[in-house]
Amino acid sequence: MMRQALFLPLVILFFQCSHTHVETVTLKGSDTEINLVLQLAEAYMESEPGVSISITGGGSGVGIAAMLNNKTDIANSSRELSIYESALARERNIQIEPFIFAADALAIIIHPSLTIDSLTLDDLGKIYAGEIQNWSQTGGGTGRISLYGRQSNSGTYMYFRERVVKRDYSPDLKQMNGTSQILEAVKADPGAIGYVGLGYLTDSEGNVREGIRVVRLSRTPDEPAVSPLDRALVKNGLYPLTRPLYQFTNGVPEGKIKDFLEFESSPAGKKIILENGYLSAREAGMAGNIEK
Amino acid sequence: MNRFFWDIFFKKTLTIAALVSVLTLVGIFLLLLINGLQTFKTIEISAFLTGSDWNPAAYETPVFGIAAMLISTLMVTFGSMFIAVPLGIGTAAFLSEMASPRVRNLLKPVIEMLAAVPSVVIGFLGIVLVAPALAALFELPNGLNALNGSILLAVMALPTLISVSEDAIHAVPNHYKEASYALGANRWETLIRVTLPACKSGVLAAVMLGLGRALGETMTVLMATGNATAMPHHFFDPVRTITATVAIEMGEVPFGTAHFYSLFTCALVLFLITLVVNIVAERLAARFRKKGQ
Repeated sequence: MMRQALFLPLVILFFQCSHTHVETVTLKGSDTEINLVLQLAEAYMESEPGVSISITGGGSGVGIAAMLNNKTDIANSSRELSIYESALARERNIQIEPFIFAADALAIIIHPSLTIDSLTLDDLGKIYAGEIQNWSQTGGGTGRISLYGRQSNSGTYMYFRERVVKRDYSPDLKQMNGTSQILEAVKADPGAIGYVGLGYLTDSEGNVREGIRVVRLSRTPDEPAVSPLDRALVKNGLYPLTRPLYQFTNGVPEGKIKDFLEFESSPAGKKIILENGYLSAREAGMAGNIEK
Repeated sequence: MNRFFWDIFFKKTLTIAALVSVLTLVGIFLLLLINGLQTFKTIEISAFLTGSDWNPAAYETPVFGIAAMLISTLMVTFGSMFIAVPLGIGTAAFLSEMASPRVRNLLKPVIEMLAAVPSVVIGFLGIVLVAPALAALFELPNGLNALNGSILLAVMALPTLISVSEDAIHAVPNHYKEASYALGANRWETLIRVTLPACKSGVLAAVMLGLGRALGETMTVLMATGNATAMPHHFFDPVRTITATVAIEMGEVPFGTAHFYSLFTCALVLFLITLVVNIVAERLAARFRKKGQ
């Protein structure tokens, strides 16, 4: 749904820039990143009329696959490369360079009628693996737990499985096409739990969206539980699901690709990142500059 | 001489043109077959067909079982036929037997226009309109389930179903009906006992064509059925069809892996089912055409 909604502005952007000699940079991948990257690209194109940036989603896996097949200049990804993908890159002689342009905290949201306030990562994993199936087992509400997540082409799906579930997802997981769809489903379903990126939690004024409740998380039962909305604690790395948002390039970026990545790290780019509810790479303590 | 040359030339060109689509079909079949059969080097054919767990990118051991997806596909398809068949045949009978020529000439193109609505649009309506309505009506936590998919596919199958069965009903010779009226039957009795039985094969062909349409539909079900891989137990469970699985996973699958080949096998299974449905439809349509003459 979201992808279709984004298509129109992309087309318009494309046509606006096509009347003079233009250099095109293609970006493909993460649906978590797409809204943010789209806004960064719009701002960048305003200052650089000679460059046209085309962005498509499809999920981190799709972006990385496109990079391995030489079909994109930049692969947006909310996860690292898998072992298989790195092996394939070596085999095809593609030097994948990671660049962290922003940081996200993956938020766990539930329907507001549920009373649970915090969860440990361990319990969250059990919920998503289907070992805890009823809210009464968590001491926060009643009724069957209704699981919402993304599809296997999503970086968030993989990240969450590696970090939290640590085994296979329950087959009852409803696999949504995009984060917006998770958000809408959680609002409507009284037993719902879902995961969304930080940028989807707040509206344009910075207030938490209505109709959802954000769960605080802790690594162990002894640690205090932290909300992803508490920016100071997230910045200090106390929220357990803080993750880097990557942009991969084939080899050290050059020319307009490098120029765009530098724009993202500039004060103007940082402003857009913060306005969208994400953290800049530097404040989350992640290397913002091109590595090496 | 010149005329002779052009005659031959056009004959050959048109033959080639006709062969292109046949060769395409054969090519697709071979592609699916060659890639699809690779799966069975690593996976037992019985495990593939009867296993109910599908998780090729699993955390630990990948499993390839299409039973749950196959049942999902069949549920959504037959569910849609359950809705579309009575509605479609009823509409066709109305258009052919009851409606005045003016109404018929107005309604039929409008119904056929329904076929022009893109499947993403139908899927979108499923998410924002039908699913919330179903959730409210049946007090479900979520309306993204097999029933939602069935309703949407029924809408998509209706134009074909109505159009083809209307043609079939319309082709029943008038003297059949006149004989029935002469024996004292009313219009309803004539329709049910005489007209519909007379064009049975044509209507069945229409149903099969609608079925084929529903079976292969991807975007709508991908958007509107919840996509849980668990075995569905009833129509209020979320389902993930074979088409949706291929569409979701093809974009990220590494080439040449077991996962890659298994998606071809999924497509092969779907292709074989649609092929059988279409052959049956063609047979029925051919029989109906013969009768019509």
